[in-house]
Amino acid sequence: MSGLGTAFGSGAMTNSIQDLGLARAFLVIGSNTTEQHPVIALQIKRAVRKGARLIVADPRAIELAELADVHLSHQPGTDLGLLNGLAQVILEEGLWDRDFVARRTENFDAFRASVAPYTPEFVERLTGVPAEKIRQAARLYATSRPAAIVYAMGITQHVAGHRNVLALANLAMLTGNVGMEGSGVNPLRGQNNVQGACDMGALPDVYTGYQKVVNPEARAKFEEAWGVPLPAECGLTVVEMTRAAAEGKVKAMYVVGENPMLSDPDLHHVREALESLDFLVVQDIFLTETAQLADVVLPGASFAEKDGTYTNTERRVQLIRKAVEPPGQARPDWWAVAELAERVQRDRGPVSFYYNSPAQIMEEIASLTPAYGGIRHERLGIQGLQWPCPTADHPGTPVLHRERFTRGLGLFAPVEFMPADELPDGEYPLILTTGRLLQHYHMGSMTRRVPGLNQLVPQELMEINPVDATRLGLPDGAPARVRSRRGEVLTRVRVTDRPRLGVVFMTFHFAEAAANLLTNPALDPTAKIPEFKACAVRVEPA
Amino acid sequence: MSKVSLKIDGQTVQAEAGSTILQAAEGAGIHIPTLCYHPVLPAEGACRICVVEVAKQRLLLPACTYPVAEGMEVLTESPQVVEARRFVLELLLSDHPQDCLTCEANGDCELQDLAYRYQVKRSRFQGEVHRYPLDEANPFIARDMTKCILCRRCVGACRDIQAVDAIGLAHRGFDTKVAAAFDAPLQDSTCVFCGQCVAVCPVGALTEKNARFLGRSWEMTRVTTVCPYCGVGCLLDLNVKDNRIIKVTSNWEGPANRGATCVKGRFGYEFVHSPDRLTRPLIKANGAFVEASWEEALDLVARRLAEIKGQHGPDSLAVLASAKCTNEENYLLQKFARAVLGTNNVDHCARL
Ligand code: SF4
Ligand code: SF4
Ligand code: SF4
Ligand code: FES
Repeated sequence: MSGLGTAFGSGAMTNSIQDLGLARAFLVIGSNTTEQHPVIALQIKRAVRKGARLIVADPRAIELAELADVHLSHQPGTDLGLLNGLAQVILEEGLWDRDFVARRTENFDAFRASVAPYTPEFVERLTGVPAEKIRQAARLYATSRPAAIVYAMGITQHVAGHRNVLALANLAMLTGNVGMEGSGVNPLRGQNNVQGACDMGALPDVYTGYQKVVNPEARAKFEEAWGVPLPAECGLTVVEMTRAAAEGKVKAMYVVGENPMLSDPDLHHVREALESLDFLVVQDIFLTETAQLADVVLPGASFAEKDGTYTNTERRVQLIRKAVEPPGQARPDWWAVAELAERVQRDRGPVSFYYNSPAQIMEEIASLTPAYGGIRHERLGIQGLQWPCPTADHPGTPVLHRERFTRGLGLFAPVEFMPADELPDGEYPLILTTGRLLQHYHMGSMTRRVPGLNQLVPQELMEINPVDATRLGLPDGAPARVRSRRGEVLTRVRVTDRPRLGVVFMTFHFAEAAANLLTNPALDPTAKIPEFKACAVRVEPA
Repeated sequence: MSKVSLKIDGQTVQAEAGSTILQAAEGAGIHIPTLCYHPVLPAEGACRICVVEVAKQRLLLPACTYPVAEGMEVLTESPQVVEARRFVLELLLSDHPQDCLTCEANGDCELQDLAYRYQVKRSRFQGEVHRYPLDEANPFIARDMTKCILCRRCVGACRDIQAVDAIGLAHRGFDTKVAAAFDAPLQDSTCVFCGQCVAVCPVGALTEKNARFLGRSWEMTRVTTVCPYCGVGCLLDLNVKDNRIIKVTSNWEGPANRGATCVKGRFGYEFVHSPDRLTRPLIKANGAFVEASWEEALDLVARRLAEIKGQHGPDSLAVLASAKCTNEENYLLQKFARAVLGTNNVDHCARL
């Protein structure tokens, strides 16, 4: 998010899902697309069948890696070295787009100097990827036009996450792959409305549409609209909230539809933090691990039981429509928040929360959010609208940065390699990386209540390389104990060549083998994203 | 694109050069029946139900694959065409169980619709018939190959939409059937249970296993909405009867997915009706939850939040919004945190 905002002026996916199919080459990094974003993977697979080239960078031999022209199997946490290496080859071999760089970007010279040391041989030592493969990948990406970069949380969930994204933006600008169909830098957002939650300002530093709370003009605008003075300092991020709760600085939390008891890194710490609160309210559709710790639990409506909009990963605002009644007294979250807001301010009551429908809430959003200015429920129909959509007659924007970048010129950013926060050592010799499976979702509270999905994948199976498994005496299916500096879990293992030597892989779908008891809460200093994708562990038979 | 001019059923029609007779007819609002053809798939030209009569051509031609030509004269329902279609239908029905009374596809079956349209009551042909056992061993797809008309749409969907190639035509001649490699059960094949094959099957051969006997197509309302899982944002049609989601069907207009889904979007809806759903507000008293009314629960929450804010200041409060909530809900949550509680401590798990 923050990386693309810095480089291009907008943090969102530059292109659209359907136009990705027009790419002549793909660089897929940190995205197990066929399992995490299956229907986007269809675009990639179909394009590859028609001759598009595919470069996959992933420490595991994921399904797309099998179809790839080049698979770069790098050590987890070394993405930045790899990306700088690709840029070095493109520059060294003169494969860059001089015209695009001259017309549409700035700070090129500093960037060029910064990647000069990242020769393929040096990068091979950093990442474990053979130098020749790095050259091959760089040539494929630079010489096929248009070429699209696709990435997901495998890039952002590192202490170097922000820098990784800047490095991807550098590559796209260097090759002129921005602003046309089939190109761009395309972050695939994990959950169905992550894009929308960010757009709506459910973030500690921005109001809707990324208007900064520290900007006095933006604040004044919202103060006027809402009729009260607003706080001027940025708030706390999720991981900072739980830290502040443990320190006694945050006393009460209102948690809606989230389960930090499974989703946050270092779960032992999260439990302590939530237990030390004076007051915890959880609003959800199930009694999640987090809800069990609550003082008050409010029953929410599911997606099928309410109206509203979601914004997908390609910035498309789409209608959801109520199909069934919520069970018992469950109510849509918008109703509950509005009711609560009215009650909290009973004696001071200046901020209006009277809405008779989500459509009416969207009108208020549109009035305060330039990119959503033309969005109204009645305009959305089946096709929805892709923001920016500033006015009531604007058709929406499928491809960003066409003639110019949102910030004007694209900004090249020199980014130095930094290693993962925690590296393997004698005591914790393996690297654990985490991710998703096709059949399950996030913390499993929904998919694990679908019997057929459980039948397909009933339990966690930690992936481990045959060489590591043999050395540790772990046959396929054996129970294993996995320990990190923060905790331990029991799981069964699946012996497979998918992970590279020294790397093990777990999902976070299964509460009984919660990978986040192990993961490292070290944060990227800019994006404040924890390093889920690499931590040091020790595995032994259980 | 250059245009050609032709006559269909006496009507002059302009069509793109290179388009098929079927496309030209559709553009002019003339309906030609199809079975193996599906608009999202490459035409196979396998079933011959779409044949039409073209002047100066000795044989009837399949409209779904035959290209238009300048000056062409096409008849879509001539006696000869109708006779040919009835022949195709009789052949199909001669090896089809015709147990429409209890068939899942009843009312939503293209073979049934065509038999009705061409008044084919029973087949003149008596021959060997296929009898395969109903396959329900996998979690999601009921496969009744006795009803398969070998149109190959499912094979095309698995190959061209899903790019999986889990299924194909196995064996030859009379024994030809749609199967996974080595005729293995679907659950032991490369099938990813996207359900694309079910979505395109024109008859009752492939159906949603967990929807069997829960409702007829005309009893269900279809509500178009967005998948609750990943960020692709696939459009789905929820098929609802008596306040329950019975099944999910493809919405071919969906801008992000054009009818495609993964296993979660197509088959992952049952959590909505899970007995574990929260149905009442709960208040914890002495370590155990007690059911409460919304009034009580909201009043308690409002009072406690106000008290804690009064004692410790607004930044002692924090709100976690959600990537599963709608835009409107996230907007209200941050408005609540900022304007009512007075803190910017609002976030969601975007980073996680
Ligand atoms: S469910 Fe999907 S993958 Fe499986 S056979 Fe059908 S189309 Fe192919
Ligand atoms: S299973 Fe259905 S779609 Fe597949 S060939 Fe048979 S009738 Fe056609
Ligand atoms: S159907 Fe699958 S790919 Fe589409 S939005 Fe849902 S989870 Fe994502
Ligand atoms: S629909 Fe044309 S041959 Fe089947």
